[in-house]
Amino acid sequence: MLEKALSGNRTYWIWILFLALVMLTGGLCYLKQLETGLGITGMSRDVSWGFYIAQFTFLVGVAASAVMVVLPYYLHNFKVFARMTILGELLAVSAVSMCLLFIVVDLGQPQRMLNILFHPTPHSILFWDMIVLNGYLLINVIITRVTLLAERRGEAPPRWIKPVIYLSIPWAVSIHTVTAFILCGLAARPYWLTALMAPRFLASAFASGPALLILLCLILRRVSTYDVGLEAIFKLAEIVTYAMAINIFFILVELFTPLYSRVPDELEHFRYLFTGLAGHARLVPWMWTSAGLSVLSLVLLISPRTRRKVTTLVAACVLGIAGIWIEKGLIMIVAGFIPNPLGHITEYSPTIPELLISAGVYAVGLFLITILYKIAIGVREEMEG
Amino acid sequence: MSLDRRGFFKLAGLIAAGTAGATALPAIDQGHQAGPEPVPSHALHGKRWAMVVDLAVCRQHPGCHACIDACNTAHNIPQIPDPRHEIKWIWEEPFDNAFPSKKTPFIKPELAAGPVLLLCNHCDNPPCVRVCPTQATWKREDGVVMMDWHRCIGCRYCMAACPYGSRSFNWVDPRPYITHINPDFPTRERGVVEKCDLCQERLAIGKPPLCVEACPYQALTFGDLADEHAPVRKLLDERISIRRKPSLGTEPQVYYLV
Repeated sequence: MLEKALSGNRTYWIWILFLALVMLTGGLCYLKQLETGLGITGMSRDVSWGFYIAQFTFLVGVAASAVMVVLPYYLHNFKVFARMTILGELLAVSAVSMCLLFIVVDLGQPQRMLNILFHPTPHSILFWDMIVLNGYLLINVIITRVTLLAERRGEAPPRWIKPVIYLSIPWAVSIHTVTAFILCGLAARPYWLTALMAPRFLASAFASGPALLILLCLILRRVSTYDVGLEAIFKLAEIVTYAMAINIFFILVELFTPLYSRVPDELEHFRYLFTGLAGHARLVPWMWTSAGLSVLSLVLLISPRTRRKVTTLVAACVLGIAGIWIEKGLIMIVAGFIPNPLGHITEYSPTIPELLISAGVYAVGLFLITILYKIAIGVREEMEG
Repeated sequence: MSLDRRGFFKLAGLIAAGTAGATALPAIDQGHQAGPEPVPSHALHGKRWAMVVDLAVCRQHPGCHACIDACNTAHNIPQIPDPRHEIKWIWEEPFDNAFPSKKTPFIKPELAAGPVLLLCNHCDNPPCVRVCPTQATWKREDGVVMMDWHRCIGCRYCMAACPYGSRSFNWVDPRPYITHINPDFPTRERGVVEKCDLCQERLAIGKPPLCVEACPYQALTFGDLADEHAPVRKLLDERISIRRKPSLGTEPQVYYLV
């Protein structure tokens, strides 16, 4: 089926070339990082995880969100999502690949990465994260490949794939739960030490992931003949609305405990985010921007008039993704380290090489999504045409 | 048995590969020795090593860094000017930072001003060991929390898990920042985490940790808490001691006499 990705118009090739350039730049920066060490990034003794791990966290959510189309389609036989489901599954393949890459670029000794397999350690959550992420990638690769191949032959997919599809539903929940457990089981970090972490991650995932899928479907309507149908898009927008509302509710619930109990260990992290702490306020504008964008997105989503209109729906999706990306991809990880366990404040900003390496990983993801969508759409067009 | 040319080469290849594999096996086996290392008879034996730091003694000698200097020199700790990339095994912090939960506005001024020596607490219940995905850090039976710099993949999960900031990551190649390399102790490379290992290399030859020996004023006492006649037990019986963040349940084994 790969040959379908080898033919395309001018725009397609310009886009591929652009992605290749970004990947190349990221790759060269990564070589530099391998040579000089992670000191090339903005991370430090105090803020020992940064942009890479934050992108990983955000993208696990995007990967998990495929379940929001898979579940209605396969479990409830919701036919409206028929043309959208494969796109959600392929988005998951691309997102989880980026997750794995972001972990690899964050390692100090990537060539020893397989030590996780050589010395399996069930008491480490990272061990389980390795299992669920790779498992999720494998499951989605199998599902999409088998269903597409069957479609191409004009047959129904083999019966054994059904249980695999059902398995992918709880598995999607597991990847974001385990990722939350990496953070929320650490007594050293009061900001992360909350049982609400996993539910919150899932809510923000089920808002941002499907919002991204809506945008991708709308782009496909423009650049190809493949149309998932407005009914499917508006239905998914309803799911985004519920998830966004729950996400904002969870954030407020999370805020109440430190603000009312006033336990300093926890409160200080929130003060750093919302007002600044001892003159350090680098994340304050980001925090308020994120809050504002999320609320604005919810306002646009709640009213059926704006939700069921493509232009305002696009705005709502973009605002929502941006708000959640800032929250998960910039703030969540870094704020756990500020102040540090000794009460010191070391602020963090990613460096240019760090951002270029991250851009490179995102380009890999976009490259994957481009060719995977090209193949899937090619197969469908072939069948319909 | 008839053997054509092709079959002969196949067979010869298999035999060669088998021989090579067999000779390689003992080497692999050595690398994976799981049992405890043989302990020389003159090594120090303990059931639960602990350290007692007498802050009152440290307060009487402001500006004394004998223990820190000795440790840094012996363990090839790089002196990196950028505080973001610092490597610290034993260092000083103000009282409020060492004991954030003991903050009080009317504390004895000399107590608040005096430095507190910090090092790895060699916790009985170490969170760093719990989170490490490769067992590159582990707790020995005598309580020493060890670190294998050759197995560490540099994921820094242990740094996120340590409530005491006792772990450092080699953000850059540390070797250019070591003024005088001690050939008896390994240097580290970029990309791995390190920390105080309670001088396990000295315990193995019957000596206490270097910081204890280097202190000219006997502010540090090292010993086995399981031994009721040990000086550490005597000090803890007689004086009031505190530990860092005991509420987290990590059971730190560095005790501070205030």
